[in-house]
Amino acid sequence: MYELFENLGTWLVSDAQWSGPDGIGHRLAEHLQYSLLATLIAAAIGLPLGLLIGHTGKGAFVAINLASFGRALPTVGLVVLVFLAGGLSMLPVYVALVALAVPAIVTNTYAGMTAVDPDVKDAARGQGMRGHQVLAHVELPLALPLIMTGLRLALIQVVATATIAAYVSFGGLGRYVFDGLAQRDLVQVLGGAVLVALVAVVLDVGLAGLQRFLFRHRTA
Amino acid sequence: MIQFDAVHKRFPNGAEAVHDLSLDLPEGGVTVLVGSSGCGKTTTLRMINRMVEPTSGTIRVGGKDVQQQDAAELRRSIGYVIQQAGLFPHRTVLDNVATVPLLLGHGRKQARARAAGLLETVGLAADVGKRYPHQLSGGQQQRVGVARALAADPPVLLMDEPFGAVDPVVRSQLQDELLRLQEELNKTIVFVTHDIDEAVRLGDRIAVFRTGGHLVQCSSPTELLARPADDFVAGFLGAERGLKLLSLRTLAAVPQGPAPGGGGTWTLVLDEARKPLHWASEDGEVPVRPLKDTDSLLSALNESVASPTGLIARVDAAGTLTGVSSRDDIHSHAGQAHSEARVAA
Repeated sequence: MYELFENLGTWLVSDAQWSGPDGIGHRLAEHLQYSLLATLIAAAIGLPLGLLIGHTGKGAFVAINLASFGRALPTVGLVVLVFLAGGLSMLPVYVALVALAVPAIVTNTYAGMTAVDPDVKDAARGQGMRGHQVLAHVELPLALPLIMTGLRLALIQVVATATIAAYVSFGGLGRYVFDGLAQRDLVQVLGGAVLVALVAVVLDVGLAGLQRFLFRHRTA
Repeated sequence: MIQFDAVHKRFPNGAEAVHDLSLDLPEGGVTVLVGSSGCGKTTTLRMINRMVEPTSGTIRVGGKDVQQQDAAELRRSIGYVIQQAGLFPHRTVLDNVATVPLLLGHGRKQARARAAGLLETVGLAADVGKRYPHQLSGGQQQRVGVARALAADPPVLLMDEPFGAVDPVVRSQLQDELLRLQEELNKTIVFVTHDIDEAVRLGDRIAVFRTGGHLVQCSSPTELLARPADDFVAGFLGAERGLKLLSLRTLAAVPQGPAPGGGGTWTLVLDEARKPLHWASEDGEVPVRPLKDTDSLLSALNESVASPTGLIARVDAAGTLTGVSSRDDIHSHAGQAHSEARVAA
């Protein structure tokens, strides 16, 4: 056991492991690229949807049920399905990651919108703001903390799941996990897993800190 | 200034909020809509700025049918204050107050300068402008709400139970402040409350609503108290409505005589500046609350009942003793106030 951790330590810090196309640096960049792009696409879909449902109050059941749908979604199954339907490309990976991220974004955006004090919305309308002005100047800024939480959760989930890119022969930190499994190289598997966890934790803590800084004037 | 013509409001659930309301509110002055909850007073108010649309009938503001106007533009031209102030928690106080000028397309600098002036108008220190709403007390928030409503200098101000959520002391201060503001600005104010004392204190006219959205009576506070239209109104005004009428009269007309000096049982003790301190006798001291000419007959009556001599101490604006008035004189003026009110009504 001790030897395993020692080897893991050596693996994580060795110069050889950090350089080249199969190096940690490059794999990390790939991993972040997949994750950020998938989260961005998910945000482009989920944010307008959540804002629309929250602003109009129509279709709330979609926002609520999407959360449980998201939890029940078999990510690997989806990758295989799209892969079988569309052939080998990054498309199945992105479809799966986006499908994973959208529910968290929609649900949190919707929750943020419904948490806005109805008196404040009433006052905004009463001062003569039009619907889109209430949305842009009042609802959106007030829902922002929860919206950002949704984006953060989505990104963390995506980072943790982006290992599946390697499952269909692409890069990212998942490479170490799948290669390691194929080569029965436990240190490599563990190294990949630890790196993924590390990235997720660093992003989570960093973004949570950013949120606290941005919303330091808020009470709740 | 504001006319309701055969206005009905029925909500989708079938509840009738306002029943056949026809009411004409002249320019200037405070009209208080009063009644128990669910009587349609808030709905009536919110139909003026189209926050609620009437089922039938017309409402005109300044002669123009509100239904024919763009709702958002209409609302920008009418001040609106609500119970919990409804301030935008993510904006500074100054930017809250600048809301409507900014919506009207004024420059940010100009809007903020206007907002800063208004904070002073409603009695807030300039540095409050940089704070966020949650850093203010309930009373301060309500003042900011009033400032925000006044920002575009609208001729009409709608106030929906604006002082309902603050404690009685602050409430009383805010009422005084509103009366002072109104003296300065002379807006047409429509004010909703369920508190009849607040209505009597603030209203130039009081409109009493009954459950189901029926307007029962709309008249001056004096007339309302002297001649309630029916048992419902009389019941709403409460058993002390005779005393409430006295709260509308000042004690200026009550005659005063010299204060009793030594010799009697009780002596009014003064300080060097001839300000009343207390009543004194062999048995001890009783505090005195001196009254000015602008104080109400009600407070005079109250003070005379509490006074060991039945006399009240009268002072000028500086607090210097001008004389005393007897319980009998106050009583007879109270009776006179009532008979005058009956004749006038």
